Amino acid sequence: MKMLSTLSVLVAGALFGFGLSYSSMIKPEIVLSFLRFEDFGLLWVLGAASLTTLVTYQLVPRLMSKPLLESVFRKHSSVMDKDTLLGAALFGIGWGFCGVCPGPAIAGLGAANWPMVITLMSIFAGAYLQGRLTKSKGSN
Amino acid sequence: MPLIDTLFPLGITHYLIGGLFIGCAVSFLFVMTGLIGSMSTFFTSTLSYVSNWSYFQQDEIVSSRNWRLAYAVGLIVGAAVWLFTVGEPFQTTATWWQLALGGFIVGFGARLSNGCTSGHGICGIASLQLPSFLAVIIFLASAMVSAAVVKLLGGV
Repeated sequence: MKMLSTLSVLVAGALFGFGLSYSSMIKPEIVLSFLRFEDFGLLWVLGAASLTTLVTYQLVPRLMSKPLLESVFRKHSSVMDKDTLLGAALFGIGWGFCGVCPGPAIAGLGAANWPMVITLMSIFAGAYLQGRLTKSKGSN
Repeated sequence: MPLIDTLFPLGITHYLIGGLFIGCAVSFLFVMTGLIGSMSTFFTSTLSYVSNWSYFQQDEIVSSRNWRLAYAVGLIVGAAVWLFTVGEPFQTTATWWQLALGGFIVGFGARLSNGCTSGHGICGIASLQLPSFLAVIIFLASAMVSAAVVKLLGGV
């Protein structure tokens, strides 16, 4: 990947991390208060983020033949199968249990919210077990 | 506006602005590089640096691990910028067993589902993917149940 692309990825990540922090999504207490119907603010975050992205994903590939720095627009493809739905149910159970999802776990380090180290290590452990239990679909 | 105050006791503005930042982040990534800025694959792709297990060594995982790592570093930088500008330091009061057990299930579930709040929630919805819409409804519902249960168990 080109140097400029890597720089763009870093900038995008930084905007994302700033947004997660500014919206207080990096605070498990706030996420849990949403899941307990005490403060519905999370819906504004999810709504604003997905609507902005919706406009981009739907319009940009019609206006530009390729991204500014690379050759193709990737697509987000999700599959309608048991794993997607069962995994989502499990993910929700974990998310509701700790109030932390993957983005805020990572961003939490930058905000010096040190208990997030526990969550990060645990997410790695869960992802590792999932990988070990799954047969590779690729050529390897 | 009593209803607004009841639904959003801490106000709306910071949620809205933060959400717009996240949307701009994913949009910027897409316009510049064409990449889909979801988060949870980072954990699997980063494990490919240390595990030779075939699942972690798939081409599509290994080929994305560098940019996903850079994306995660960016996330940390962005949160640090927030902390040193407009943010205030805080430590979560969530218990260690909540963070450990919850995190483990988050990691397993998000990777089994191939998406989390950013993957299905932001990128999937924005791509008008029906399985992602369903995944979002399912994980919101199960998270609400789980958040109630953890409180009964003495969690934060």
